[in-house]
Amino acid sequence: MSKAGAQAAAPPWDDASISAIRRDMLRFARMQLRDSGAAEDMVQEALMAAMRSAKSFAGRSAFKTWMFAILRNKIVDHIRASSREICSSDLVGSSDLDAGLEEFDVLFKQGGHWNPDDRPATWSDPEAAFEQDAFWQVFDLCMNKLPEHIARVYTMRELLELETAEICAELGITPNNCFVILHRARLGLRECLENRWFQGESR
Amino acid sequence: MKMMNCKDATRLMSERYERTLSLRERLALKVHTAMCRGCSNYGLHLDVLRLAARRLREGCEGGER
Repeated sequence: MSKAGAQAAAPPWDDASISAIRRDMLRFARMQLRDSGAAEDMVQEALMAAMRSAKSFAGRSAFKTWMFAILRNKIVDHIRASSREICSSDLVGSSDLDAGLEEFDVLFKQGGHWNPDDRPATWSDPEAAFEQDAFWQVFDLCMNKLPEHIARVYTMRELLELETAEICAELGITPNNCFVILHRARLGLRECLENRWFQGESR
Repeated sequence: MKMMNCKDATRLMSERYERTLSLRERLALKVHTAMCRGCSNYGLHLDVLRLAARRLREGCEGGER
């Protein structure tokens, strides 16, 4: 292959774009692994796998989407391989589950209706928020505030797009347990985003 | 049929991403959210969380376009 040909097929490898993509990949991996070392390894492996392959891309966003698909597969493999170690002992049987429940119960009054302070307000223009890096920093922070076992199930479901049945099997929990955990994740994440982003914005 | 409260409504709004709700559940939820601004906002916010997750998955969060 001629040198010119190789260059035409090369993805945008310049340092600035790689380091920006690497930063976003790390954020994605850390949300799911909560182990900085493992997240770094996973991102490094994904970058290396991508660099070995001589694919061409129409543009930077296609390239980035492809990189994220590689990273996602690496994380799924990692979770499947290590599910026997983490599994149910972390999730069920621990008092964490109930501790998490009480925390979100305070959102509701007796009788199960919203506390006036916690009642969901109107969010103005979430799509515009998605365009701001500051929003994703808040999102990251809110994910980190979730109890670890809750965040793990949520990211498996929403970021890795695993089916609930597979998550249950991997973690050795019942479907109902899984639903309850996902519900708590959504309650907690929503509350945090409203308090730390959307509320300040609309007032 | 007992009227649904916000706690039950939010749980069902989450579960509808995971399983098909029964007709009875869907009706009760519809009646509740029609009357409850907080819960109808909650339903919209869950869709926002979904969209945000998709952005993260595809590596197209903002701050660089």
